[in-house]
Amino acid sequence: MLYLQLFISFFKIGLFGFGGGYAIISLIQHEIETYGWMTSQEFVDIVAVSQMTPGPIGINSATYVGYKACLTAGYSEWMSVLGSVVATSSIILPSVIIMLIVCQVYLRLKDNKWVAGGLASLRITVIGLIAAAALLLMTGDNFIDWWSVIFFALVFFGTLLFKAHPILLIVLAGMGGYAVYGPLELDRFLKF
Amino acid sequence: MLIQLFYTFFKIGAFTLGGGYAMIPLVQREVVDNRGWIAEQEFLDLIALAQSAPGIIAVNTAVFVGYKIRGIRGMLAAVLGAVLPSFCIILLIASCFTRFRDYPAVEAVFKGIRPAVVALIAAPLYKMAISARVTWRTLWMPVLAALLIWRMNVSPVIIIIVAIMAGVAFVAVKGKTGSQQDN
Repeated sequence: MLYLQLFISFFKIGLFGFGGGYAIISLIQHEIETYGWMTSQEFVDIVAVSQMTPGPIGINSATYVGYKACLTAGYSEWMSVLGSVVATSSIILPSVIIMLIVCQVYLRLKDNKWVAGGLASLRITVIGLIAAAALLLMTGDNFIDWWSVIFFALVFFGTLLFKAHPILLIVLAGMGGYAVYGPLELDRFLKF
Repeated sequence: MLIQLFYTFFKIGAFTLGGGYAMIPLVQREVVDNRGWIAEQEFLDLIALAQSAPGIIAVNTAVFVGYKIRGIRGMLAAVLGAVLPSFCIILLIASCFTRFRDYPAVEAVFKGIRPAVVALIAAPLYKMAISARVTWRTLWMPVLAALLIWRMNVSPVIIIIVAIMAGVAFVAVKGKTGSQQDN
């Protein structure tokens, strides 16, 4: 049952998604790979779209993955919309439960040394999760030739050295992609 | 009040690019400065918890602000407001994109974007490591976590559980947290 799978997966992602957007990517990646809901290419496309549209990456990908997973499984368009409702509410549900509890006890939690200790090592480990997300996306699907490496390097150093805005970089990379691959793709398209 | 809550978070959800961290100053301006719903110190304490708690930071923030102001119904209004804009936008894109994706021009554009996205994820790692106070002595933790997920296909959930347990165990043995030790 796909809806149940989506519920369990995204509830898990919401429950263990510490450290914000990019850390959540590695959790979503793992679920997508386990169930084969979409290709690594399609997933990167979602992350790109998430960057360019308002709203948190977690919500954006839950909505998209829920819709796409149902569509791929042969559900109708409206049943797929229901899939995105299921995925999105499942990723929110743990936040709601946990934050409601935290709101009640936050003064006691704030200076608790056990909580602080658990969170300290978690904060460090989450960096590894984000690194894994990047490494897992460095596949032949997303890096097709030397041009890909050049795009990667330009955006990497553009972010690091010039603090360029992510949307600007994505738009520029898209224009670069169109310039480099446009004629090629069009050629292939016309041959069919 | 409920409608105001919904509207405030809807506005924030609809116009903040970049997710959780980018929206905190906006929420603060609306909730603390403009409307005076929550005192500044309490807001800052709760934001710290919203970031430490699991889940999407934007949603966590909406939950506590909504709940503080109007209980469960306030929470629902705020969360719905925060989530609805992204949900609708992505659904619209999803239904169009599946149709446009095979167009040669779109495919060419995304061939350029894909490696760029990977770079966007990888580039902030160094700065994040600094702010999480990763030192040479603790560097093995994120490195091991990345390798286990990347090469051994270990679930990130397991990594997170082990990391929390290790942090708690460290406190039990040394009587203080790891990051205090490193300072």
